[in-house]
Amino acid sequence: MTFSYEQHDVVASAGPTPSQTVGPFFHYALPYDAGPRLAGAGRAGAITLSGRVLDGEGAPIPDAMVEIWQADEQGQLESVGVHGEVGADGFRNFGRCETTADGGYRFRTVKPGAVQTMDGVQQAPHVAMSVFARGLLRQVVTRVYFDDEPTANATDPLLAAVAPDRRATLTATGGDGGYRFDVRVQGVDETVFLDVFAR
Amino acid sequence: MPEPTESHVRESLDPAYRFDDYRSTLLRAPHQALVVPPPGLTELTGPQFGEGDVRDTDADLTVHSDGEPIGERIIVHGRVADRDGRPIRRSLIELWQANAAGRYIHAIDQHPAPLDPHFTGAGRCLTDDDGRYRFTTIKPGPYPWRNHDNAWRPAHIHFSLFGRAFTQRLVTQMYFPGDPLFYQDPIYNSVRDEHARKRLVSAYDHATTVEEWATGYRFDIVLGGADATPFEDGGDLR
Repeated sequence: MTFSYEQHDVVASAGPTPSQTVGPFFHYALPYDAGPRLAGAGRAGAITLSGRVLDGEGAPIPDAMVEIWQADEQGQLESVGVHGEVGADGFRNFGRCETTADGGYRFRTVKPGAVQTMDGVQQAPHVAMSVFARGLLRQVVTRVYFDDEPTANATDPLLAAVAPDRRATLTATGGDGGYRFDVRVQGVDETVFLDVFAR
Repeated sequence: MPEPTESHVRESLDPAYRFDDYRSTLLRAPHQALVVPPPGLTELTGPQFGEGDVRDTDADLTVHSDGEPIGERIIVHGRVADRDGRPIRRSLIELWQANAAGRYIHAIDQHPAPLDPHFTGAGRCLTDDDGRYRFTTIKPGPYPWRNHDNAWRPAHIHFSLFGRAFTQRLVTQMYFPGDPLFYQDPIYNSVRDEHARKRLVSAYDHATTVEEWATGYRFDIVLGGADATPFEDGGDLR
């Protein structure tokens, strides 16, 4: 099979630059050692947030990159710098982790405080997460909520807008000081993905 | 399985997740419609960057070794702005690419073309106060892949941008004008609007070309997506 797409001699229109896949060869440029460590080793209440990224057949995606952005324990979202290690009890709001051969990622972070919507509506604690990979022409975006926040989750406006049988795909499962959150990009139990770009 | 819906397409100009000609999308493209969350501060903010995120030499990919890389030395520059034309200031750009022979330093790249001991193909910089950036590098070569018969990627440079907010995060690819391989590349052509697709192509820029040194290419980038940063003043628009 070969392709032959029509190409016209047109001029670019004004507007946002389109997305293209991150491809398979980003590893020597984007990940960095400190990327998965948002919380320092001595940070009180630090947690792990880990899971796997899986494709439409449930197979691991070993060449994905997961990024998270989240508030600290007090709900603050102010972070300068993404490289270098945070201090022993320090924290930064951004994390990046490439997946391993089994599709796994693992962050050391904290459980975020609650952050309101722009309209001042209270939301349940959540982490914003993006996944980039070969075969994703643009990143998928989701939120990670926490299963030990049933009261806050019950009144969260996004969770309320999601069909009840899909809400669990947005919720990390806690235990042993860590939370587990798998991302299924397609198929059975497909993770709810968000359109955060078109506003 | 339900088919992808229009809500998968950012202003109908971004590629849909599923584009059958690009085979890797078949098991990785979501099938369900996207959900629009209530605008929240988490997505409308993002990291700020400091001098600790870049070194001066990170923007010159030709000086990362004790020898000169082989190939056509080029300058790639441009301006990063939001959809209102406001500059994206002091924001991180990450870049990676193949060498002049079309080979990535990446361990899984098996293209039997030579590695260049003096070229890694990774760089970074921060935009300046007007949103401008400038890299010096080597023009990448095209390379084969196994998506379809005799498939070749047009020469390209990968760009990663943060903007001011999670909503503005963009990973894309910059192409070179007049590449004869465009017509058969499903990644480039996954952007179906031809006017939007052309935004991925840099322009040769003779004003940036440095005599006896390097040719210049201009690649301006517009980040869609809202952010929570208020307008600083009316004079910021351009």
